[in-house]
Amino acid sequence: MKDYKFIGKDITRIDGLEKISGAAIYGDDIDFGASMLHAELVQSTQAHAIIKSIDISEALKVKDVYKIFTGKDFPYKFGLYMKDRYIFAQDKVRFVGEQVAAVVARTPGAAKRAAALVKVEYEPLPAVLDQMEAIAEGATLLHPDLENYPHVPWFFPKPGTNVAHWRKTRKGNLEEGFAKADFILEDTYTVPRYAHCAIETHVAVGKFDYSERLTVWSSSQSPHTQRHLFAEALGLTHKNVRVIAPHVGGGFGGKAGVTMEIIPAALATKLKGYAVKLRYSREQEFINTYQRLGVVAKIKMGVDKNGEITALDHKIYWDAGAYVEYGANVVNAVGLSAIGPYRIDNVSIDSVCIYTNLPPGGAYRGFGYSEMLFGLESHVTRMAKTMGMEEIEFRKKNAIMEGDTTAYGAKMNPNGLIECIEKATAAIDWGNKPVPSDPNKVVGQGFSLLWKAPAMPPNASSSAFLKFNEDASINLIISGMDIGQGYQTVMAQIAAEVLSIPPSKIRVETPDTDRNPYEWQTVASHITWSCGNAVKKAALDAKEQILTLINRVYNYPIDDLYLEDEAVKCITDNKFKLLLKDFVVDGIMTSDGTFKGGPINARGMFMPEFSSTNGDPETSQGGHPNVHYTVGAAALNLEIDKDTGKMRVLKAALAIDAGKALNPDLVRGQITGGLVQGLATVLFEDMRYDANGKLMNPNFTDYKIPTAMDIPDEIIPIIVEVPQPDGPYGARGVGEHTMLPAAPMIANAVEDALGIRIKSMPVTAEKVAMTYLDSNRQQKNHE
Amino acid sequence: MKEICITVNNEKRYVSVEPNEVLLDVLREKLGVKSPKCGCERGDCGACTVLLDGNAVRSCLVLAIEVEGHSIITVEGISADKLSTLQEAFIQFNSFQCGYCAPGIILAVTELLEKHPHPTLEEIKESIAGNLCRCTGYTPIFDAIMALTKVDQHTTDAEKALSQDRNPALQ
Repeated sequence: MKDYKFIGKDITRIDGLEKISGAAIYGDDIDFGASMLHAELVQSTQAHAIIKSIDISEALKVKDVYKIFTGKDFPYKFGLYMKDRYIFAQDKVRFVGEQVAAVVARTPGAAKRAAALVKVEYEPLPAVLDQMEAIAEGATLLHPDLENYPHVPWFFPKPGTNVAHWRKTRKGNLEEGFAKADFILEDTYTVPRYAHCAIETHVAVGKFDYSERLTVWSSSQSPHTQRHLFAEALGLTHKNVRVIAPHVGGGFGGKAGVTMEIIPAALATKLKGYAVKLRYSREQEFINTYQRLGVVAKIKMGVDKNGEITALDHKIYWDAGAYVEYGANVVNAVGLSAIGPYRIDNVSIDSVCIYTNLPPGGAYRGFGYSEMLFGLESHVTRMAKTMGMEEIEFRKKNAIMEGDTTAYGAKMNPNGLIECIEKATAAIDWGNKPVPSDPNKVVGQGFSLLWKAPAMPPNASSSAFLKFNEDASINLIISGMDIGQGYQTVMAQIAAEVLSIPPSKIRVETPDTDRNPYEWQTVASHITWSCGNAVKKAALDAKEQILTLINRVYNYPIDDLYLEDEAVKCITDNKFKLLLKDFVVDGIMTSDGTFKGGPINARGMFMPEFSSTNGDPETSQGGHPNVHYTVGAAALNLEIDKDTGKMRVLKAALAIDAGKALNPDLVRGQITGGLVQGLATVLFEDMRYDANGKLMNPNFTDYKIPTAMDIPDEIIPIIVEVPQPDGPYGARGVGEHTMLPAAPMIANAVEDALGIRIKSMPVTAEKVAMTYLDSNRQQKNHE
Repeated sequence: MKEICITVNNEKRYVSVEPNEVLLDVLREKLGVKSPKCGCERGDCGACTVLLDGNAVRSCLVLAIEVEGHSIITVEGISADKLSTLQEAFIQFNSFQCGYCAPGIILAVTELLEKHPHPTLEEIKESIAGNLCRCTGYTPIFDAIMALTKVDQHTTDAEKALSQDRNPALQ
């Protein structure tokens, strides 16, 4: 393997100093002085209702209130993949928390007081709070106008129903597949909604100056996508819209696309000269940003007596919420990939995106694969047991290999799935359970595979500018977002490797759409791969400019020149050494006193030109919608108190095929953090809605996320490296994948320990204790 | 409005506050001290942690008017001269990802190390149990603190970092 200087090394984060010293600027930290106005939303109290009237007269009397806006002021639609929502509710509200009006005031307190005085009269409509009810005959329609909504060509809405998109994938012959099966297992699994819970809530500031230029400062994973949607919705030219994205205090998908940011952007256009800020409270963060979608999954799997999966029928019904402009693509992505990392010849997948009167579903780390894998990986363990095969052997036998066909017909990329399985099981000594710490406790072992592809349009692209400074330090100008994963550091490592300059001499700033080149979004775990390729090209462009210049001045053949230790050297003349800092801006003086060269400014771009969404709508065969999959495996030892159901993860190992870990320590950071986030969704996070569609626990007191006391005793991160042929240095993404195996792994361990199968998330202590009690009672009744 | 005097990062600051204004808002909006972050406004998340006379408190739950005459230290104060060895350890271990919770955690651990220069893992966990971090799974944070306080030479550094001459902020 090639020996790299900076690639594959545990380089410390280049943004570490900023973040540790308190210097890092986040959206809420920017001062705007006396021109700052504060917005507060008036939010729907109804899950589904017609807005009869809005009375703002009392609110306007509050001191320091400047203006109040309602839907009438902004009759503009927006949406990422489907334009199904307005900036403010128009005639109807469709979930509790939807923005109906905004008060703009000189102080946040005045805005808040006045917002409480806006009187909205509603005429309630029947609310549809469950996706299965929403697709039942006679269900109330959320969007009677669905047929008129513009959407991307790979969505298939069903007007006259609550189905916003139906992804069908068909491969082989399902009936024949089940006919060949010696064992068939069929069951239903459910997954509720979840909240991202970034510690920084959403915040955005819009400013429309007197020259009619809109600038939005936004805590965002998607500055360019935001600029595009703002320009489109508000009827502005892109050159007059600027999105500046400072550091983001946690994203996890929640700050992808556009949610609340469009509100201050739109308000600003009617508040010329002012900066208007909207900062969400924690409660608003829970009820009116994207949530992870809920799922009811019906799985039927057939296996022959040799342990080969002969058929899979996977029907997934998604509770996608009131607006699905982003969430429908979650449904789409999983509808292509719901076979999991298995080689299955006969497949039918129906992934159905259903409108409900709950907050909009959208991107959440894992993009639907967590929800899908809970059912599938629970089912696979049960299937193995049903036919009497050890579950690891069963998985290995059916594991997808390079060149196997996916459900939609494309070939699987090179991958280290088997190596991941072997390393994860070895790490926890699979098959040998530790002795419980107490006679009333039992230990179970759980296992799960994972896979995920970036879900992105086929033309999602990345680009990079790279400019040298006088001392040969570099400004790398790119528009991905360091949401914590270490993007800035890894991009610097790539440029550093090509140009032989230490990453510490490379500055990567957060994006500004005026100055930084285009990037689609920092989502889909595609940024290391996609932007990494663009950065590598930019660095190679710079290198070519440098070597060409040396060739022009000194006549060494370009092929004989190379970069080392911040200098140009020549293989045929070991005395030649020209430091980069001596010429990358000022050029090189020649014998007659003139100069050659000039500032080295380079660029790079990447678009996956092989990708397409041309699959057949009825079968999904034919296109190449996914660029590649990242795979992995995880295993754990779980100790359970038989009386209380309280669970403690003794040891968890997660092995992931990163292709090439550009920075192993950052990959390990993703594994640890992602696994803990995944374990929380299964062990204790739990969104509770009342019968009227109101979230009952929109705060950290009642919606528990892990504290330092709630993490596994030991986490073993394992990196496997089977290179991705088109990745920078062989890399592919791992960020989202690390939370995918957590939930099925816990459910499988609970069954292993107690003999009970829990088929609905979360698998809380309470649920474990009650299910165990019930199963004991039933056993006694049988006896 | 009442004018009060607070010692913020060793500087006497005079500021007019309403009786219902919380310390977090006064620090951020009136005194320009931005490292304490707002995450929940109800004491759940710990992102707004500051040291009040050396004790870690949630500045979103403290009324500014009650702090009159007291000393507040934030990460700006700790970083003013030179990073503490704790901060350096956090950098070395890539302990944070998005960094939003970092200022609060640095202060919570600074308080811990002042009281227990050689904490056990359990003590470390307890000291930041009120500071939520959604990114890291906490492990790299523990690793940095353990490395700093377990290794002999680091221990000396840690104590030095927290001594009064190195960091008068922590008196």
